Amino acid sequence: MALVKQLGKEELFAQGHRGCAGCGETIATRLLGKAIGKDMIVITATGCLEIISSVYPQTAWRVPWFHVAFENAAAVASGVEAALKAQMRKGKRLPEKIHVIGLAGDGGTYDIGLQALSGALEREHDFLFVCFDNEAYMNTGIQRSGSTPYGAWTTTTPPGKCSIGEDHWKKNLPAIVAAHNIPYVATACITYPLDLVSKLRKGAAVNGPAYVQVLTPCPTGWRFDSNLTIEVGRLAVQTGYYPLYEIEDGKLHVTIKIPERKPVIEFLKVQGRFRHLKEKEIANFQRFVDAQCKQLGIP
Amino acid sequence: MVKRVGIEGSGAVALAAKLADVDVISAYPITPQTHIVETLSRYVADGELDAEFIKVESEHTALSACVGAAAIGSRVFTATSSQGLALMHEMLYVAAGCRLPIVMAVANRALSAPLNIWCDHSDSMAERDSGWIQFYVESSQEAFDTTLQAFKIAEDMRVLLPVMVCLDGFILSHVIEAVNVLDKDEVAKFLPKFSPKYVLDPKHPVTMGAWASPDFYLEFKMQQDEALRKAKKCIVEVNEQYGRLFGWKYGNGLIETVQVEDADVILVTLGSMTGVARVAVNKLRADGKRIGLLRLRSFRPFPAEEIREAAKNAKVIAVASRDVSLGSFGGAALSEVRSALYELNKKPHVVGYVLGLGGRDIKVEDFLTIANKAYEVLSKDKVEKDFDFIGAKE
Repeated sequence: MALVKQLGKEELFAQGHRGCAGCGETIATRLLGKAIGKDMIVITATGCLEIISSVYPQTAWRVPWFHVAFENAAAVASGVEAALKAQMRKGKRLPEKIHVIGLAGDGGTYDIGLQALSGALEREHDFLFVCFDNEAYMNTGIQRSGSTPYGAWTTTTPPGKCSIGEDHWKKNLPAIVAAHNIPYVATACITYPLDLVSKLRKGAAVNGPAYVQVLTPCPTGWRFDSNLTIEVGRLAVQTGYYPLYEIEDGKLHVTIKIPERKPVIEFLKVQGRFRHLKEKEIANFQRFVDAQCKQLGIP
Repeated sequence: MVKRVGIEGSGAVALAAKLADVDVISAYPITPQTHIVETLSRYVADGELDAEFIKVESEHTALSACVGAAAIGSRVFTATSSQGLALMHEMLYVAAGCRLPIVMAVANRALSAPLNIWCDHSDSMAERDSGWIQFYVESSQEAFDTTLQAFKIAEDMRVLLPVMVCLDGFILSHVIEAVNVLDKDEVAKFLPKFSPKYVLDPKHPVTMGAWASPDFYLEFKMQQDEALRKAKKCIVEVNEQYGRLFGWKYGNGLIETVQVEDADVILVTLGSMTGVARVAVNKLRADGKRIGLLRLRSFRPFPAEEIREAAKNAKVIAVASRDVSLGSFGGAALSEVRSALYELNKKPHVVGYVLGLGGRDIKVEDFLTIANKAYEVLSKDKVEKDFDFIGAKE
């Protein structure tokens, strides 16, 4: 049966959450529910997703869900996974597959959550960690993170007489995660839902830790019209800025082929956060993307 | 069957956690807590304890993982000291706010800087408002008993709060004492299996850790405060039940008093220094002084009513503290004991003494000095200095 039909009509992430119009993260969350199904426990780091979905006494979650803090979704997931294992072994709970899912934004993954994530990966807990990458601290008002791309405007990297905006390259976190030699690492984007769902399912199915990093364009923080979320994601992939690949047992392969790579300016020009960039910076950006594509064997 | 064994305070705590059949242990090494988790590691390695031991990469994760495991409905245990407890600070509030019955042993140690690995209560005192129940134990025996009691109190549906069992670093954690230990069957009489009502379970999805707007936050805190206050009754009951079953108990569970009924001067203590104070009190009693002793066993919930009752006939209360609230009134206990007694019609003078910081030995002479100073207050009917450091070099 085609994957799209398998997804079904049930919504485990309910309507009525408080996400912005055009929010990429909520699209990803909805697809996560459809990909994994009811038998999961979700631990979400502090951030946009947490605050839009769990305003006491309301909740958008139709699966067991726990928010603890910003930097420790992977640490809490470790405890959940270990506790399930102990309970099943000791006969306190019937043995069954319960997927443990850690969710965090790029701040809760690249920056403040990196230590807890690294520890949990190294300990080989059987869990899936999903990073919703919107390339800045959106929840606190668009401050830069380790994932913010070169040249981007954020409220803490404002372009000015002495500034081009963010002056560092985005950290290659999937490579850092892959260096833990875990069974499954992937990048994905909401614009390619079937690719995303298939990666989430693979990640959940492997025995041991898995990491899926999902590009979730953010109209509020990236400064584009809320009807362009899917299109901006497409341009990120088609320009080679955000290549979609998976690393299974150490072998990398690109899952969304780009037969004719577009110039990165196509991706940059639709977003207000790059509006101030001059030719020189755009050329730098293109060089960075070319090098990245070359490394991945993308023409 | 009760067996008498020679065991470190750390060993006593680890044995109690094993007897409680914990499901998950999550811990990170720090002196002087290490012997506790080393012992538990050995139990797990030898198959004596069926638990998942998560060897985490920091204390922050140690407690975060405990929070996750407790939310699944597991019985969980961790231990730390000093800097480790400080690193857990954020998670302490979350564990209490989420009402998760985690038990943690704290081998008390000074906070840096300057770095110092020895006994001091500043680490746990800094966390007194985190919403955890806090016990300060006097002996390895009490460390054993209190660890077992802590699970029962934490998991009581009237309470549902995390508990810290504070034992003095090195002085208790590393010293071998004779301890009466219980076996599995004895413990089974006392500690029921943990069966929480609300857990993370796909069959019954619940949301935990939702955020609360200004419309609700205050009520959450009120409920936590109420739970801590109600925990007093539970602590008293558990202490009584333990005494009935096994033959020994600790005061009324919240405080322990020695000859306070007719005392002019009452020394207030926490932890292992109490043993030293007992010797000083006996000595002074033999000299005809009407002096008594009050040990704070539970610091949270704070036993204000019990202190009022015990201190109602006294003229001077001398509070000895192994921590210092810098720039304020010496040890944390001084401010709190004073507050508790302030509304008494015939209120005693309350004066504080800070000693033993960073592991400096506390001697009988120190308590004789404190008693002398307290008797000076009594004869002058006046407190000239709110608190003083004892044994400081010139």
